[in-house]
Amino acid sequence: MCLGIPGQIIEIIDEEKKIAKVDVSGVRRSINIACIVDEEHPCLSCVGDWVLIHVGFAMGRIDAEEAAKTMALLQELEEAQKEMEAMSRPPS
Amino acid sequence: MKYVDEFRDPEKAKSLFCEIEKISKGVREKLGRQIQLMEFCGGHTHAIFRFGIEQLLSKDIELVHGPGCPVCVLPMGRVDDCVALAERSDVIFTTFGDAMRVPGSKKNLLQCKAEGADIRMVYSPLDALELAKRYPEKEVIFFALGFETTMPSTALTVLQAEADGVTNFSLFCNHITTVPILESLLDSENLCIDGFIAPGHVSMVVGEGPFEHISSKYKKPIVISGFEPLDILQSIYMALAQLESGRAQMEDQYSRVVPKDGNAPGLNAMQRVFELRDYSDWRGLGTVDKSGVQVTNEFARFDAERKFPVANVKIEDPSECQCGDVLKGKIKPWQCKVFSSKCTPENPLGALMVSSEGACAAYYNFGNMNELQELRKSTEIADVTK
Ligand code: SF4
Repeated sequence: MCLGIPGQIIEIIDEEKKIAKVDVSGVRRSINIACIVDEEHPCLSCVGDWVLIHVGFAMGRIDAEEAAKTMALLQELEEAQKEMEAMSRPPS
Repeated sequence: MKYVDEFRDPEKAKSLFCEIEKISKGVREKLGRQIQLMEFCGGHTHAIFRFGIEQLLSKDIELVHGPGCPVCVLPMGRVDDCVALAERSDVIFTTFGDAMRVPGSKKNLLQCKAEGADIRMVYSPLDALELAKRYPEKEVIFFALGFETTMPSTALTVLQAEADGVTNFSLFCNHITTVPILESLLDSENLCIDGFIAPGHVSMVVGEGPFEHISSKYKKPIVISGFEPLDILQSIYMALAQLESGRAQMEDQYSRVVPKDGNAPGLNAMQRVFELRDYSDWRGLGTVDKSGVQVTNEFARFDAERKFPVANVKIEDPSECQCGDVLKGKIKPWQCKVFSSKCTPENPLGALMVSSEGACAAYYNFGNMNELQELRKSTEIADVTK
């Protein structure tokens, strides 16, 4: 819950609600990007950005190298799989 | 993993271990005892164990594993409140999977679900909001927990619920804050911690300011750290270097991710939706003033505690539990009387066994059991001969 997982924004789904689709090692889901959008980074400019995702919200922008290192760490901690399963589970 | 060769950059890791070894000798002499550094965050605790950092580290340093795992410090009374809310026939209770096995005084949420309560595991508070839209005839309660890292997400979800005109969604708010609990630890008697490794992701939200404040108030080195083993080693080194030169500052080892002033949109949302609660209970640590938040009046209609009766009674931890002593660094997990006997990750008695971020589960999963049994025996003998 606390570590977050890196993903890449591949599409903006709802500009007003600031919802984007991310790809996390092949798992895709929509997340909220309100916390990383500002005047300097308007919504539509975020496509392609790497972000750190906490419980469905992008909490920080990182670079591709940081993303790769963080993913490797999560795999080592055996957290990556768990997190990705939770991410891909639809609310039911 | 207990060999430096398995680190991402073994050469760098080796040289950091060497530097730490060198500098810690002097600091130990200066202090006249072992150096105690506390890592606050459960994520750090997990990484420290996974990579065997503790075993590889100079014996002049001891790492104390702090209270930064939100699931681990959830008090029993609040779990009972969750159970009571979840058992209502008009409620769908939603929670992160991590919280399902935290012991309540009678049962945990997993048992409650098995008995028929409508409890659903969600990945995000946004998923809970989706459920509320799908089941308008039910009240969907989201069990909001975590430190500042997850607070913006709950706050933004409430704002979204308001914007969407959803009326059957509410929070059972159990968010807790980092700084007050650190201060209460620092205020507690005979706690001897020489420096702190501060949580990188909390800092990503709140910025460097709050840690700067603690560092100057209590004159302790505080290093905000990333989660990779090399980050942690470097942060330990930075804290030691401060101790060696007699400095006590906030330093940011993780500035590549942590913005100095934190995350403005996240902080704004938190400020609108939450206000400090007079006091919050912490498992193992007791009641701490202004150490958690509640929903503001403006958003009262999204507050499960105002929509439904919630007992909010304080229930003492089982007397055999020594979680508090572990959290304060007074004893090591394996010194707890019930460690690995009555308390295991499969059947946790105390909360530190529940999550892989809890110190006891980390010792249990990654520690060498034989070594620990020996250690326990030898300390017991030492106690008897005292
Ligand atoms: S072994 Fe169990 S009861 Fe003892 S401190 Fe750890 S979690 Fe608490």
